[in-house]
Amino acid sequence: MNIINSELRREERAIFVLRELYEQYGYKKYKMSKFEEYDLYLENKSFLPSQQVITFTDLNGKLMALKPDVTLSIAKNVPSSPKEPEKLYYNENVYRTPHGSNECREIMQVGLECLGDVDLYSQCEVIMLACKSLQKLSDDSLMVVSHMGFVSGLLESCCLPRALEEKILKCIGHKNSHEIVRLCGLAGVSSGMREALVALTTLYGTFEETLDKAEKLIKNEKMQNSLMQLRELSNVLSAEECSCMRLDFSVINDLTYYNGLIFQGFIDGVPTAILSGGRYDNLMEKLGKETQAIGFAVYIDQLEHCDVEDECFDTDVLLLYEPNADIAKLTAAVKMLTANGQRVRVQKTRSEKLRYKQLLKLGDGGLEILETND
Amino acid sequence: MKFLKQMISVALPKGRLGESVYKLFAEIGYDCPEILENSRKLIFENKENCVRYFWAKPSDVAIYVERGAADIGVAGLDILLEQEPDVFELLDLGLGKCRMAVAGKKGALSSTGKTLRVATKFPNIARNYYSEQSREIEIIKLNGSIELAPIVRLSEVIVDIVETGKTLKENDLEVLEEICDVSARLIANKASFRFKTRQIEDICDKMRHYVSANVKG
Repeated sequence: MNIINSELRREERAIFVLRELYEQYGYKKYKMSKFEEYDLYLENKSFLPSQQVITFTDLNGKLMALKPDVTLSIAKNVPSSPKEPEKLYYNENVYRTPHGSNECREIMQVGLECLGDVDLYSQCEVIMLACKSLQKLSDDSLMVVSHMGFVSGLLESCCLPRALEEKILKCIGHKNSHEIVRLCGLAGVSSGMREALVALTTLYGTFEETLDKAEKLIKNEKMQNSLMQLRELSNVLSAEECSCMRLDFSVINDLTYYNGLIFQGFIDGVPTAILSGGRYDNLMEKLGKETQAIGFAVYIDQLEHCDVEDECFDTDVLLLYEPNADIAKLTAAVKMLTANGQRVRVQKTRSEKLRYKQLLKLGDGGLEILETND
Repeated sequence: MKFLKQMISVALPKGRLGESVYKLFAEIGYDCPEILENSRKLIFENKENCVRYFWAKPSDVAIYVERGAADIGVAGLDILLEQEPDVFELLDLGLGKCRMAVAGKKGALSSTGKTLRVATKFPNIARNYYSEQSREIEIIKLNGSIELAPIVRLSEVIVDIVETGKTLKENDLEVLEEICDVSARLIANKASFRFKTRQIEDICDKMRHYVSANVKG
């Protein structure tokens, strides 16, 4: 596939490369319709990263929505107790309002979902594929991993009122330990618990550096089990894969949907997470399915602005010709240039907008070089 | 993995707060003498310290950081509560202390039978505060001289930052309810924090020590 490296833009290339990767591991492409009944999103509003959904009424009077999310549609459509695992990937546009904006945008997503009995192997496979996806996109990438069970386990052992628990969870997401100290002070949380919450919030590093520190925070069985899953993961994955992974409990997501491992991927030059995923058994249960699920999505559109300078030319050759030129000669010249693998644009006048490597002119004596920009 | 020290860019809020914030950075070893010279330059760099500063409008700092144009920055809690940017809030610097409060003429809150008009520069904060109380309000967004609103009966109350309360007193207004304490916070971009962890944690740790030593002393 030599076109991959030539004329494609980075985001277009990414789609091909990721697709190849997922198919290599037996994931099947899932093509879906653009619309979904609005009810699905109404019932699962907090699963969506942004609350605004574009809706319209279809020809039968049903309220429909332009998909803000793909995972919900996939989750909804799997059998309620599947006999074999569903391993799927997709490449779809979703419609969302980015944080801090008032306008809805079309966002290109490539993603992967594994639904069924998610055992240690499946879990490791999905995490490994997420790691590999990042590496395909950039030489400098990092994956941050957290476990919702570990975070919610600690919060449960604090026995806080629901509203305060939400506030503290938000603080954990912002690595805001000073606010946690203040909130704990107001609510009379014991100093031991307060310190554990602060330690959880500030913990960051490779698995090797952090797992033992996390061990010290364990207050109950739920946390114990969660940490065991993280340890299993670090044992199964290769040293190379682990070297680009960090444990970071500030990666949080809605507790009503996510229950286990969650993770985000970053690449150098993109200011927000380009990959996001996790284990969402709770969503499946809410949808009435007796199955487990894990998956992730890659936000391809984020790649658009990460090239520092795009120095590419619109065409290799801009070929000019006179109105009275011999068209047969012109056609022959174009044929020759394209046969050499050059991109040729033919027009009568010079261009102010086009970036070209060479400016040629078809004169009486054949091709003349007028300008070279290489 | 990169082992080379990378450049850290810092967005500082223009104005008095920003100047004391810069002093704090200089104090912990991230100085950049160029910044004190009066020039028209927009960006100041010290290659030895691997640090780059620029001044931004205080209410824009969080935007620069959220979108990664700056790795870290300093913004008031008022701005963070208003804009809710997706950033890490690493440290309370204890600088620029003031309060976010509801103010108005004495007794302005007592007539609960009608819609309360609230003039403010912080519509989000005002909305969140009153939605917790389930009170029907109308928000009037202003861009400055908020204290004027209750005097000319544009609104019953204002939600604004109160430092000393002097301006309020001179205009026959008073603080009616306090919403929260406000101070400057060190914020970091979520991706930068991951790729430049060591440097950002170094700045954060040194600042924490400096700030806590100075509070005690």
